[in-house]
Amino acid sequence: MAEEVNRKPYVRPVTSEWIFRHPRYLRYMVREFSCLFIGGWTLMMVWGLKQLAEGPAAWAAFLEFLKSPTSIAFHLIALGFAAYHSYTWFNLAPKAMPLQIGEDFVPDAAVAGAHFVVWAVLTAAVLYLAGAF
Amino acid sequence: MAISNKPIVWGPFAAGGTLTAFVTPVLILLTLLAAFGHAPDLLAYDRLHAFLGHWLVKVAVAGVVFLSLWSAAHRLRITCYDLGVRADVAVATVVYAVALAGTGAAVLYLTKF
Repeated sequence: MAEEVNRKPYVRPVTSEWIFRHPRYLRYMVREFSCLFIGGWTLMMVWGLKQLAEGPAAWAAFLEFLKSPTSIAFHLIALGFAAYHSYTWFNLAPKAMPLQIGEDFVPDAAVAGAHFVVWAVLTAAVLYLAGAF
Repeated sequence: MAISNKPIVWGPFAAGGTLTAFVTPVLILLTLLAAFGHAPDLLAYDRLHAFLGHWLVKVAVAGVVFLSLWSAAHRLRITCYDLGVRADVAVATVVYAVALAGTGAAVLYLTKF
């Protein structure tokens, strides 16, 4: 049987419509979009370093900028995305690094749970050491 | 065996993903407190200036900036591909360049303390 040569190969259209096909895909994209906020906030802090290096007046201007409504809105959204990144990352940890003791694997929930505990302790420690409370 | 640069770009991504998962939320919380007018003591000019004067803190800050920016850049590159942007080389060049430029700027400012 002679094979037919396809003169018009099917070119799969590249779209981003697939995101909305399943809630799971949407959650995946929300997780991936966290990079814009983590990266954006980090760049903002690099700018803060510049202001701090320039002197007290420039630093005061930076702190004043932080108080603007745009900054507050950005911070609130960024905090949500960053926390979602942490949540997804720690839940993936047991999949990325399965921990075996003897014959058995440590349950996923224990590995993820240990990450969440460390995260909570670290968060409290940073807040305390920075003099937030 | 084919030579791949994947481990070089992926290594800092994985390290940055873990680091940002642990520290970014609380760091954002610190500047959010400042945004609400309750700046933590550490953000006072004299204290932060002195804090960043220590070489170990400089190294740590530079490391956090690099890993945060790199992992964000890598993720953004993959996201662009997922969203149908197939010019991967161009996207990769831009995002990694921004990450390296941001790190370079941070290192430059850190040397001033």
